[in-house]
Amino acid sequence: MEQTDTFELGGRALTSRLFTGTGKYGDDGLIPAVCEASGSQVITVALRRVDLDKGADNVMRHIPGHMTLLPNTSGARTADEAVRIARLARAMGCGNWIKIEVISDNRYLLPDGYETVRATEILAREGFVVLPYMNPDLYVARSLANAGAAAIMPLGAPIGTNRGLRTEEMIRILIEEMSLPIIVDAGIGTPSQACQAMEMGAHACLVNTAIATAADPIGMARAFGQAVQAGRRAYLAGLGSVAALARASSPLTGFLDQEEGGI
Amino acid sequence: MTFLPEALHLATYPLEGSFQKVDGNEVLRAIGRDSLTAEGFLALLSPAASPHLEAMASRARDLTMRHFGRTVSLFTPLYLSNHCANHCRYCGFAARNTIPRTQLNLEEVRAEGEAIAATGLKQILLLTGEAPHKAGVDYLEACVAVLRPLFPSIAIEVFPMETEDYARLVRAGVDGLTVFQETYDPELYAQLHPAGPKRDFVFRLNTPQRGAEAGMRIVNIGALLGLSDWRREIFATGLHAAWLQRQYPGVDIAVSLPRMRPHAGDFEPACVVSDRDLVQAMTALRIFLPRLSVTISTRETPRFRDNILPLGVTRMSAGVSTAVGGHAKPAETGQFEISDGRSVAEVCQVLRARGYQPVFKDWEPLEASA
Amino acid sequence: MRVIVNGREMMLDGGLSLRDLIASVHADPAVVVAELNRNIVPSSAFSETMLQDGDRVELLSFVGGG
Repeated sequence: MEQTDTFELGGRALTSRLFTGTGKYGDDGLIPAVCEASGSQVITVALRRVDLDKGADNVMRHIPGHMTLLPNTSGARTADEAVRIARLARAMGCGNWIKIEVISDNRYLLPDGYETVRATEILAREGFVVLPYMNPDLYVARSLANAGAAAIMPLGAPIGTNRGLRTEEMIRILIEEMSLPIIVDAGIGTPSQACQAMEMGAHACLVNTAIATAADPIGMARAFGQAVQAGRRAYLAGLGSVAALARASSPLTGFLDQEEGGI
Repeated sequence: MTFLPEALHLATYPLEGSFQKVDGNEVLRAIGRDSLTAEGFLALLSPAASPHLEAMASRARDLTMRHFGRTVSLFTPLYLSNHCANHCRYCGFAARNTIPRTQLNLEEVRAEGEAIAATGLKQILLLTGEAPHKAGVDYLEACVAVLRPLFPSIAIEVFPMETEDYARLVRAGVDGLTVFQETYDPELYAQLHPAGPKRDFVFRLNTPQRGAEAGMRIVNIGALLGLSDWRREIFATGLHAAWLQRQYPGVDIAVSLPRMRPHAGDFEPACVVSDRDLVQAMTALRIFLPRLSVTISTRETPRFRDNILPLGVTRMSAGVSTAVGGHAKPAETGQFEISDGRSVAEVCQVLRARGYQPVFKDWEPLEASA
Repeated sequence: MRVIVNGREMMLDGGLSLRDLIASVHADPAVVVAELNRNIVPSSAFSETMLQDGDRVELLSFVGGG
């Protein structure tokens, strides 16, 4: 089962459906162990100006070589800024995946759908594997699909809140209606919430804060890895029905067994 | 993109084996799921689902209630013309049948319309055969102009057209398209339609899509049940409806479940679709596609129609004549025999007695600005 | 000459390459991506890219992010 259940994305065949991040760690030195414990194969990074006084912070040296790098465009407030960051990220020579994040409201950190669609359109045309972070809105999802997104990343709750799948019903609709992969991003605070997203049929989850800020990030990484796997297995196994047993009497179909009268 | 590749794949797929392999547990799982894959739909259509018909009915009733409430939309067919160049072996209007051929002139159309409007109905379905040189797009446009003041909703069940022609009729005030594939099996289709323009399986298969693109609000598809194995046909119909819903989320996709009825000519159904089969087909469709509109015609008996009401029906015909001009004056030979001859008032009374509201008008489009 | 680096005005000697600039801020050229007057400069061209008076340079690198 594990061998056949691969997640094809951007030309890679992923066996893990947990994406991790590199933000908010007390010690970046934990990252290799987190990657190993979680089983994750995709990891996000951000692009920032080099601190001229401190020199370049090199998060890259902590990231194991087999990981697929998913740079994000955090800091972008418009589509043009996201495009600029994406091109710079690609110039680093670490692949052509990009997670689009366009946010101009710093209070709630909610993504700007219109600008995100615009950036997706431009970058998909330039050959990027585009994974846009989005509010789970069906129309935006369709626009992103038409714009050439490789997958969409709906938020479960606002970034960093650890509040879980607050947008569950909306994400369920995306899973129903969209044919491109759904990667639940943001808001997942506990392994059980990640598991729930996978049971619902999400293709993958991205978890950063909940791992990075746990008392034991490595232990939490392992727990998330297992939860995502369990949820996926449950989804594939086909969840059982809830109370679908026939009643003893047949109030709705009884007429089929009775004599037809007078017709 | 069209439904054709999927239809052709289905046509050659050994579905009989798949139906036989289903076991009761798969059926129960499918009944309980929030959303169904094609495999789940197949399970509900399999012989293994038969013992679970009551559970299916219960689920179908809940879903129908949730999405449509206690309402049933009523309409009636208006036959404009029975001229036809087709040779459908199962149809009373087929070209080779020697029946009187007539076509309503616009005065007669008005008289028919007024007779129907007097019953309170607001939605009509215009029917013709396929003889575009006699009853073509110009004629339909003229009929719609006459009927539009009487009916806020006008659908057509005529002959497959190009998208531009549908768009013309939409501009004239048509908002619904009904077109039955009859059978999704291309080989059987070829046998049943030996001559005439209807021979073109592919053009017909893509007709609902052209209607949706032209701006129709309701597109109603269906297979004529009795021509071949109903499980296969309903499976294909359901997948076609699902495809259309996905491609055209703004269009209300409807399915009819017409069972073959006695008609002029000598064609006998290849298989008999029992009441039980029809209930299984309808409840499976409802569970697979909870927001699908389901149309039941007066081909069915009053008793059967009344009983299947809660199981997924959302649209019904009433006060029906299948003969050209049959509303304003006594009927001549109809396209097929109807089983439910009750008047609109009688049908409404039954619906109300069962706690349902008969809906005459769902919407009235705003007039296009000049 | 006057060059704006990451938004900060710096007075530099003439004849300085982009690579020299990166080294002068204690950054590893292998993990830095550079933009010169809004054009991306490939890392292979850092050494041969000479800075001019009035240039605007952006030096960026990957950092932790979610």
